[in-house]
Amino acid sequence: MSIELVDIHKAFGDNEVLKGFSLSIQEGQTTSVIGGSGSGKSVALKHIVGLLRPDQGEVWVDGENVSRLDQESLYVLRRNVGYVFQFAALFDSMTIEENVGMGLKRMGGHTDAEIRDRARECLQLVDLEGYGDRLPSQLSGGQRKRAGLARAIATEPKYILYDEPTTGLDPLTTAVIDELIMRMSDELSVTGLVITHNMTSAFRVSDRIAMLYDGRIRYEGTPEEVRNADDPVVKGFIEGRPELMESIP
Amino acid sequence: MDVILSPVRAVGRGAVSAVEALGRAGYLGIDAMHALRKGSLWAPHLLGQMARVGVESVPIALFIATFTGIVLALQASYTFTGTVPLYFVGTLVGKTMVLELGPVLTGLALSGRVGANIAAEIGTMRVTEQIDALEALAYDPVAYLVVPKVLAGILMFPVVVVLANGVGIVSGWVTAMLLLDMSSQEFVKGLQLFFRPFDVQFSIIKSATFGLTVTAVGCAFGFHTRGGAEGVGRATTRAVVISSMIILVLDAFWAAVLL
Repeated sequence: MSIELVDIHKAFGDNEVLKGFSLSIQEGQTTSVIGGSGSGKSVALKHIVGLLRPDQGEVWVDGENVSRLDQESLYVLRRNVGYVFQFAALFDSMTIEENVGMGLKRMGGHTDAEIRDRARECLQLVDLEGYGDRLPSQLSGGQRKRAGLARAIATEPKYILYDEPTTGLDPLTTAVIDELIMRMSDELSVTGLVITHNMTSAFRVSDRIAMLYDGRIRYEGTPEEVRNADDPVVKGFIEGRPELMESIP
Repeated sequence: MDVILSPVRAVGRGAVSAVEALGRAGYLGIDAMHALRKGSLWAPHLLGQMARVGVESVPIALFIATFTGIVLALQASYTFTGTVPLYFVGTLVGKTMVLELGPVLTGLALSGRVGANIAAEIGTMRVTEQIDALEALAYDPVAYLVVPKVLAGILMFPVVVVLANGVGIVSGWVTAMLLLDMSSQEFVKGLQLFFRPFDVQFSIIKSATFGLTVTAVGCAFGFHTRGGAEGVGRATTRAVVISSMIILVLDAFWAAVLL
């Protein structure tokens, strides 16, 4: 078991977002968590790297209870986890190459030339060769997402967490990002967790899909099982038919 | 009943939110103290921040000081003429610039320039998840963002204030010679009359605490920004207002404690 979230509860004021969220992510697989906007998918993701701490429940990564780690141990753990943010979260005062090299710089033990070479290699991997000296503001939305992915893979992490990697992108750019996610899994053997509400992407990139509904996982299975699920919530969501979900108490 | 209770509720909510903000700022302060040990994260950025906080603030500080010196000389002459020897113009310009107006006016001006800049920058980083990204890349955001800015404020505000004091006195001196028919010797005589080296120390201590206030308050409001562009705007405004208020309170505090 590589990543496991057990009975996570998380509230912000009176708003209880996660109400017993549990999910296991198998090593080497890409798992997608689907669910409506505001259902708490990103909140669940942030628990894995300790950006949020659960009110109740436990998060385990490689046998370490993340919610009990002190800040320093958390930083060590994060070196194994790449995080692709929804809007890329590139540092806007730095060039793309500097952004990509940030993780390696922090790890230490690399010369500036080595960091630069690795950054260029990662940019090549996401088809952004030659964009290294540009600022984030000079890139399109899709390019920024790819640069965010390049930054996440630069340290060769064991896991990559993708927070809505295709939201707001056109279908062609979405396909390019999906292709990259699959390459990360196939070529670099990275374990992936994708948060999305784009069903086409979820079916394309995932080995397993879990549906988050009302603060907990409602259904989990292979893409085929999800596609054929009888559960009205899952069916209503993937077919875009809210009337099926309205009958649920 | 609601008419009576709603203002009470509003006051209560305001008080709770003020205490919460104070608590968050306190935690950030403790984190910043711990982050001082992580020199490899903040030291490379210190010089750059000193330039941004200090060197880039010099023009506005000197502009304010120049006109403050002119006004002080003219008002002193207006007050003293016919009652007190005119060389006291030099005394008043020197004492007032060094003890009060140099540090306070520079502090207030820089709370707008530096404090707003810091709150907006860190606030934008917060709402665009750049601070989360720093954490995800194993950077301590307090060591990386907050510590170099606050240290730069503590180190550079006194430098800017000493320059402002000097320029204010010189502009008062020139004004006295050109507009008040005073000789240079008269002005310098007044300037030296009640001068004590402690005045400069007082000015430096005061401005260092103003530097700490402006940068720390900017960082605290930026760091806890919520709610997109509107939140950044709110954080920026609050940072300027609160740091200006603290500067005035500190001004009175240092006068009571050290003078």
